[in-house]
Amino acid sequence: MSAKVITVTSGKGGVGKTTATANLAVALAQMNEKVVAIDADIGLRNLDVVMGLENRIVYDLVDVVEGRCKLRQAMIRDKRFPELFLIPAAQTRDKTAVSPKDMVKLCDDLRAEYDWVLIDSPAGIERGFRNAIAPADMILVMTNPEVSAVRDADRIIGLIEADEKGPGLLVINRVKPAMVKRGDMLSQEDIVDVLAIDLIGIVPEDENVLIASNQGRAAVLDERSKAGRAFVNIALRLKGEDIPFDELDDRDGFFDRILKFGRAGGDS
Amino acid sequence: MSFFERVGLGKPQSADHAKERLKLVLIHDRAGLSPGKLEALKDDLIKVIEKHIDINTREVEITLTSDRDQQRLVADIPLLSPKARR
Repeated sequence: MSAKVITVTSGKGGVGKTTATANLAVALAQMNEKVVAIDADIGLRNLDVVMGLENRIVYDLVDVVEGRCKLRQAMIRDKRFPELFLIPAAQTRDKTAVSPKDMVKLCDDLRAEYDWVLIDSPAGIERGFRNAIAPADMILVMTNPEVSAVRDADRIIGLIEADEKGPGLLVINRVKPAMVKRGDMLSQEDIVDVLAIDLIGIVPEDENVLIASNQGRAAVLDERSKAGRAFVNIALRLKGEDIPFDELDDRDGFFDRILKFGRAGGDS
Repeated sequence: MSFFERVGLGKPQSADHAKERLKLVLIHDRAGLSPGKLEALKDDLIKVIEKHIDINTREVEITLTSDRDQQRLVADIPLLSPKARR
């Protein structure tokens, strides 16, 4: 076995890197893959709460790097999937506590035993970003359909190309199909045209993402979540499957309508 | 969406505006040259060229164009017409 190391990054904060990392990790674990998710956002850790593992942290990434514990001891096993692990970031240190070399070594130690290592990069283009991309075999560049987020994504694409880690694959998150349709939101075609990199996922805006993360679970576990399905599609594409980009098809399927009807009738 | 908007006769859509702004800002970002610096470059360029040939300084245009592979500085420098030179 030789794990693929995938880094999720964006430049701009708040576009959904942590949510995407958690959802992709769970989606892959659901497909019986062995997965380690690493929170590289030292000082501002959050992947633990999004995955619902915040109460189990004993050791963290910096403890491993500084030799206070074995790698294995800092790996928190997921509640649902026994082959999914989280390595949390340290909360009381800063990005300089880890170097790009440390990250490369850590990932090399994981490669033999796992299928996927997913790294949640911090926002920005400084040390934390450098740490996160250093071990990557593939980089997912996240953006939202906003001028500011796309601009930052372009900057990131330039930096990863300069680092010979490029070109990266694009994920457009929080798309509102109705706004795109009426011409008030950048479309996937607009964004791909401007950034000139390949798309690997389009994730629609979906309340279920927040509802799921409120409970420390991933939206991919909710079969009715459109965003969850979009993350499953990204996971399948990462595995090399050819999945059509129909995530924004806002017409509900037959079963969705029945479910909705059932819920509306039952709940109110 | 109305028929007129569909064929582009309605009010301009904000996504189109966003895309145009984005394209412009990325051209400058990718070249590492802000609009202000480009203006300064233009002024310097005019000074140098004027030493050698009479140009219509008010209509000089320096623009950056860019795609992922190639960035280009394009200068359009009209000469003073023979009439104006006399």
